[in-house]
Amino acid sequence: MIARQPMLEHDPRERIRNFDEVALGYDAERAVLEAERCLQCENPTCMKGCPVNIDIPGFIAHIKEGNFDLAIRKIKEKNHLPAICGRVCPVKDQCEKFCVLAKKGEPVAIGNLERFASDYEWKKGVEIPRKAEASGKRVAIAGSGPAGLTAAADLVKLGHEVTIFEALHVPGGVLTYGIPEFRLPKKVVEREVEYIKRLGVDIRTDMVIGRTITADELLRQGFDAIFVGTGAGPPQFLGVPGENLGLVYSANEFLTRVNLMQAYEFPEYDTPIKVGKKVAVIGAGNVAFDAARTALRLGARDVSIVYRRSEEEIPARIEEVHHAEEEGVKLRLLTLPTRMLGEGGLVRRMECIKMSLGKPDESGRRRPIPVKGSEFYIDTDTVIVAIGRKPNPLIQQTTEGLKTTSWGTIVADDFGQTSRSGIFAGGDVVTGEATVIEAMGAGKRAAEAIDRFIKQRKKH
Amino acid sequence: MTYKIVSKKELAPTIKMFEMGAPVVARKAKAGQFVILRIKERGERIPLTIADANPERGAITLVVEEIGKTTKELGRLNEGDSVLDLVGPLGNPMDIRKYGRVVCIGGGSGVAPVYPLTKALKKAGNKVTSIIGAKTRELLILEGEMQETSDEFYITTDDGSKGHRGFVTDILRKLLDEGKQIDLVVAVGPVPMMKAVADTTKPNKIRTLVSLNPIMVDGMGMCGACRVTVGEKTKFTCVDGPLFDGHLVDFDELAARRQLYEPEEKRALKAYEEKIGGADDS
Repeated sequence: MIARQPMLEHDPRERIRNFDEVALGYDAERAVLEAERCLQCENPTCMKGCPVNIDIPGFIAHIKEGNFDLAIRKIKEKNHLPAICGRVCPVKDQCEKFCVLAKKGEPVAIGNLERFASDYEWKKGVEIPRKAEASGKRVAIAGSGPAGLTAAADLVKLGHEVTIFEALHVPGGVLTYGIPEFRLPKKVVEREVEYIKRLGVDIRTDMVIGRTITADELLRQGFDAIFVGTGAGPPQFLGVPGENLGLVYSANEFLTRVNLMQAYEFPEYDTPIKVGKKVAVIGAGNVAFDAARTALRLGARDVSIVYRRSEEEIPARIEEVHHAEEEGVKLRLLTLPTRMLGEGGLVRRMECIKMSLGKPDESGRRRPIPVKGSEFYIDTDTVIVAIGRKPNPLIQQTTEGLKTTSWGTIVADDFGQTSRSGIFAGGDVVTGEATVIEAMGAGKRAAEAIDRFIKQRKKH
Repeated sequence: MTYKIVSKKELAPTIKMFEMGAPVVARKAKAGQFVILRIKERGERIPLTIADANPERGAITLVVEEIGKTTKELGRLNEGDSVLDLVGPLGNPMDIRKYGRVVCIGGGSGVAPVYPLTKALKKAGNKVTSIIGAKTRELLILEGEMQETSDEFYITTDDGSKGHRGFVTDILRKLLDEGKQIDLVVAVGPVPMMKAVADTTKPNKIRTLVSLNPIMVDGMGMCGACRVTVGEKTKFTCVDGPLFDGHLVDFDELAARRQLYEPEEKRALKAYEEKIGGADDS
């Protein structure tokens, strides 16, 4: 039996000095070898782990035969952003988790193969599929993250006129401002956005739905339906004393400065960024690891992840945890900051308390409990808080009759239907912070529902 | 899409007023709101208050004080030039209604953001007393506009070159000492000035609104760069403000956070000035 083909990667000692992509992908030979490992199951279980339902054995069979054009075409029947998914999907919890080979050994590297097929297509020149006849219907999409881009692509292919409204100056949402260059190069995001535009989607930046124009105004202006994919919004802070000291960042600010504003190239780019020598990142999700690895690349000597639970509960993608550890990021587990202390307005120390794990809580993870009298200090000159984000509130606040939960997420069914007729929603603004591929799945299902909705509506 | 400079006027040697073509923003803008602007591809995002909006002309007015690289670069742009991005209106508008007697205070380039508030308050039937201050007479801006929308009008300069010699708070104190009924004070300007105004009105428990000016990045509530402590709670200026109760604001924290990037800002400005050094400014 052939072993799972590893991807080539940049050396950790070299790569922490730059923002280049860490994983280098497969060459054709490796891709074919890996594809040969697929058993081509008659009832493929891998597919139930894919939120957008890609015909996985189908595209892998094409790779095995060396017919890469057919492989990418097969993927794109379901997924418009394969270069992104092949890089950032938590495959070990999705498709690869359900691969039959996973039971006895290593699953087929589905994500790597998807990435290979998409990178192959890009080198060769991207094909633009045919669209359905123009329907004369117009759909507005708020937010150009994974949910919005997917919904837009599906709807435009069905013949509808689609306009995406994006609040920032560049489309892509979290793909642009959140996930760093070394994990998802911006040129990959740009090329996928370019593809969506070439399908015929109009993207308007600098437009904040809820401020610049409201959802109801869009409906009055003649849009037949709206999809809200505005994602996660305000970052959460710990709420401990000293949290507003200088050089205490939210991960969102830190990553936005670096990724969206390219602050790592200051002063060639105008936005500055600052990190000290000892950086503490609070939290252990993907965002925390992205922030920690970014801090290293900005020149920090000592970077640690401070997490209140144990290694077992770390929610980040396993691969990225490994990458971070290889690069020298330390884990300080079962630790909760209780206070930040400063000097001259800048953070200098964190008071922390040790935690122990109790019984599982609502999330199914063991609840961390502070250990009395275990207070200690961590010296640090930069703190990055990455403990999650609340849903984006703007559209909810400015749209009459749009039902929300107590947490602020929009209430929507599996197909994105909200409490308002004509308004659909999906992705993090509905589920709270989740994954890129789950947002894409939500965008896809909403697109189907929107298509049905606008076709049923009487012509006006 | 780009945003064109429709007209430009020099208000003071380092303060320029631009009318920018931005029809959707102009239609929506209300007193107290701001925009985020980015000049060019490698530029940073900076917040600027909307000093005026003209929906018919599809334009908004912005006042820019040249204090760093980006504002200096903006100051060199002329009528017909464009900026790459302009998004808004952002922040919460002021609750404009009839309060009674309102004192509007603007310090330095802070007169620009206080002007639309003054105008709206006057229009809503308030008796308006305005106090505008600057270091010296050359730096006084929007004097005519402010006077026109006020029932009572005072000027102060630090050096006494025009109006009262001293600070805006001297006049405010005088009004309070005279026992004048004041229902609301609105102050916009440098942090020490807003703090001094809040300290002046606090003993008399006169409601005092300040428009805060922390560092911002996205301006839409996504990052918390602009967070401030108000009444012991953390607030994001861009979505919860920019207007806050001056008696509850931690001004010292705001001042410290504003200085965070001072060395970088100086470095960027120096590099820019060296670059344009030979260029003809006229």
